[in-house]
Amino acid sequence: MDYSLFVIQTLNGLQLGVLLFLVAAGLTLTFGIMDLVNLAHGSLYMLGAFFCAVLTISTGSFLIGVALALPLTALAGFVVEFVVIRHLYSKDHLDHVLATFGLILVIDSLAQMAFRPEGYSVPLPEFLRGQVTLFSGIVFPTFRVAIIATGLLLAAALYVLVTHTRLGMLIRAGASNRTMVSALGVNIAALFSGVFVLGATIAGLAGMMIAPITEASYSMGNDIIIVTFVIIIVGGIGSMKGAFVAAILIGLIDTMGRSYLDDIFKLIMSAEYAETAAPAVSAMLVYILMAIVLAVRPQGLFPPKTR
Amino acid sequence: MSETANKTADAPIMRIEGLRKSFGGVTATDDVSVEIHTGETHAIIGPNGAGKTTLISQLSGLLPPDAGRVTFRGRDITRLPAHQRAHVGLARSFQITSVFMEMTVLDNVALAVQARSGHSFHFWSKARTLSHLREPAYAKLEQVSLAGRAHTRASALSHGERRQLEVAMALGTEPHMLLLDEPMAGMGTEESARMIEMLRGMQGTTMLLVEHDMDAVFALADRISVLVYGRLIATGTPDEIRGNEEVIKAYLGEGDAES
Amino acid sequence: MTMAQEATGTDRNPALAHPDRGWTVHSTFNSIILLALAAGAPVAMYIGATFWVDIFTRLVILSIAATGLNLILGCGGMVSFGHAAFIGLGAYAAGIPTYHVLYGGFEAIATTSGFVHLAIAVVVCAVFAFLTGAICLRTKGVYFIMITMAFGQMVFFAFVSMETYGGDDGLTIDTRSEFPLISLDKPLVLYAVCFISLLATLYLVHRLTNSRFGMVLQAAKQNEERVRALGVNAYLYRLTAYVISGAICGYAGFLLGNFTTFISPEMMDWTRSGELMFMVILGGAAYLFGPIVGVAVFLVLEQTLSGVMVHWHLPFGILLILTVLFVKGGLSGLFDRWAGKHE
Repeated sequence: MDYSLFVIQTLNGLQLGVLLFLVAAGLTLTFGIMDLVNLAHGSLYMLGAFFCAVLTISTGSFLIGVALALPLTALAGFVVEFVVIRHLYSKDHLDHVLATFGLILVIDSLAQMAFRPEGYSVPLPEFLRGQVTLFSGIVFPTFRVAIIATGLLLAAALYVLVTHTRLGMLIRAGASNRTMVSALGVNIAALFSGVFVLGATIAGLAGMMIAPITEASYSMGNDIIIVTFVIIIVGGIGSMKGAFVAAILIGLIDTMGRSYLDDIFKLIMSAEYAETAAPAVSAMLVYILMAIVLAVRPQGLFPPKTR
Repeated sequence: MSETANKTADAPIMRIEGLRKSFGGVTATDDVSVEIHTGETHAIIGPNGAGKTTLISQLSGLLPPDAGRVTFRGRDITRLPAHQRAHVGLARSFQITSVFMEMTVLDNVALAVQARSGHSFHFWSKARTLSHLREPAYAKLEQVSLAGRAHTRASALSHGERRQLEVAMALGTEPHMLLLDEPMAGMGTEESARMIEMLRGMQGTTMLLVEHDMDAVFALADRISVLVYGRLIATGTPDEIRGNEEVIKAYLGEGDAES
Repeated sequence: MTMAQEATGTDRNPALAHPDRGWTVHSTFNSIILLALAAGAPVAMYIGATFWVDIFTRLVILSIAATGLNLILGCGGMVSFGHAAFIGLGAYAAGIPTYHVLYGGFEAIATTSGFVHLAIAVVVCAVFAFLTGAICLRTKGVYFIMITMAFGQMVFFAFVSMETYGGDDGLTIDTRSEFPLISLDKPLVLYAVCFISLLATLYLVHRLTNSRFGMVLQAAKQNEERVRALGVNAYLYRLTAYVISGAICGYAGFLLGNFTTFISPEMMDWTRSGELMFMVILGGAAYLFGPIVGVAVFLVLEQTLSGVMVHWHLPFGILLILTVLFVKGGLSGLFDRWAGKHE
């Protein structure tokens, strides 16, 4: 087996996993803290990518593009929370699902009206193009390394935030006892709004990081939301640690599956069957994993203790 | 079917032996042993925090005891899961009213009767036209004096009426014994009086009831057991209990406010 | 017992009476709907408005699917966001065997016989519903919603990656499923088959809902713990309902595949499931005819809004949000309140 290919695919899997975690983190925060199911979370991921794309192209610098797109995405998140989301807290989960489904349609339409139909490709600055040489002479794209590094840093930051700060304590408390927390004099509306905006911004950042690789396109939001759900189900809804582990696991399985499955299949069946079956099965792999986890442990791998 | 009024001591329908349950450092049930006679109305009383609900929960299968044994109609049911206790004839009403809100009163009881009649994988005949379900259900409603509200939605009932419905549903499963956890909780004087009348009308059915309302208890019970800090300190007829020194001490000595 | 007697309840035996509410057929309103559907397509055909024949056909087919979904949603309280997968599977059940007749291979199922297609549609969907339902139904609430979504997407991706059957580009079939004596190539014949299927579905769901089986489902939806305390294992009943519901939607898919003759994974996308869900909720999930109303309104909106603006999803999405926030019980619930009955 090709060693360097294996390492590269592992790193690719890690990079995908880290990005998935950033998206899942926002969903975990809103579900864990506000008990809200937000289907439109993927649309904010998409908006982040589009804002960044347009700003990068007009300012000529990717980094400036990201720097400007972040507050813009935060603002978009704020508006969404203010206009729609906050009216949903008192309603049941089905209402959340339907209303945020409508929200997807609205955001997608507005985006299509604001931006050009074919999407955008995002140019990278010089220093992020090219490759780095890792150990044993293996080369890996610089930008992907940057993504992994940023992602892990953010994951660490989120961990510190949720477990070691007062805000994190409030966040965790808000999930289990709203009335008590508001009795402490904390403005629940502001807390929820803040958490939502934080989640949206992180998702937007993930979109900004993936855009140079896969382009900013209108379908990216819808494509990612289901996988994100799978991640938080596998990890345990409301658990940041679970989301991280599940995201990395799924990133690796998906990437490895797509690379190696047809070789594996060819060992046990004819080449012809392998060619048809492998892509189908590798597409389903993530869901099969979810089914197995659910069959064995329906509450997910690391369900939060407060539920 | 409700048992004949044969309340002799040599026909205990339930035997509780050495039941124990602790939560952390707190002993909620401390070596409780008592026999329930067939056909009797047996009340469990005690100050707040005495462990009455914990005891009933163990009897209904929601809480597994740490030690001890519960025998019902000759069978050891100590570890039997809650949902199977209805099948052996032990039914309970819930302290927090738990009925089917969107269905009518009669629907609710008919469902209990239906559950008793075996499986429900019957897809064709309309449940509401089946007299073998509806008539016994209606009879139970008459027994608890709720027949006049048969076609009212459960959500439209008063609190007291819902408690009556609870009992009717428990009766619908044709139990050999009823566990009633504070049937009069949250009721005003008029509703309580109605409930007492209803329970009086049900005498003959073996009932174990946990209750705070002393008037009700002394009016209804054939025998009373007193629980204090998880321990059973006395069992006897209402007169015996009234005169029991330890019981008096437990109630006056505690000085706690009744809810 | 006649329907009128049922509706008002026999007064002779109080134990057998039951007030008319919710799931029983709202005679007049529903009869009008059925008449409109029965007459609509033939009339349109007669005046040469073939476009409308198509709309009616789509309306009826989607109504079958929506009614099937409502069995578990309205009656059982199970919010499945992956039901479009069954429709897609049913459609491919009509397409794949025909494909193999035209292009060879997979001898076992290569046939244009409608009965075989139908059987494959229903059986495959029932099995898929059983396997996925067995897992999903161990969860509830939002977990259930997400897991059904995920399974739906799984099927979507599986078909996208099957290049043999067109993958993302879809599968076009030139031959419709063949039945003795009738030809589905004639629009009115196809319509008649669909309409009769809808009648059968409505009747089936009506009986299921009011049966002892349906009572358990409704009770479990309201208070699962209580059902368990009565000694009933709600899981098995729900799984059965889920399988029946999947099979009904598979059947609708079979009809859809024959109607459009173009079958693509798009039919199974989770947004399709969302639309189906919306149709049921909009029309009123507590009512037998609610889904039909919802489908009709959805199609009318789709037609009028897309004629007005390119990005018609915008007003549609806004409408969705407003409906969720302000309209309780769907349109049928609104109608009921307007007609003076209380919820």
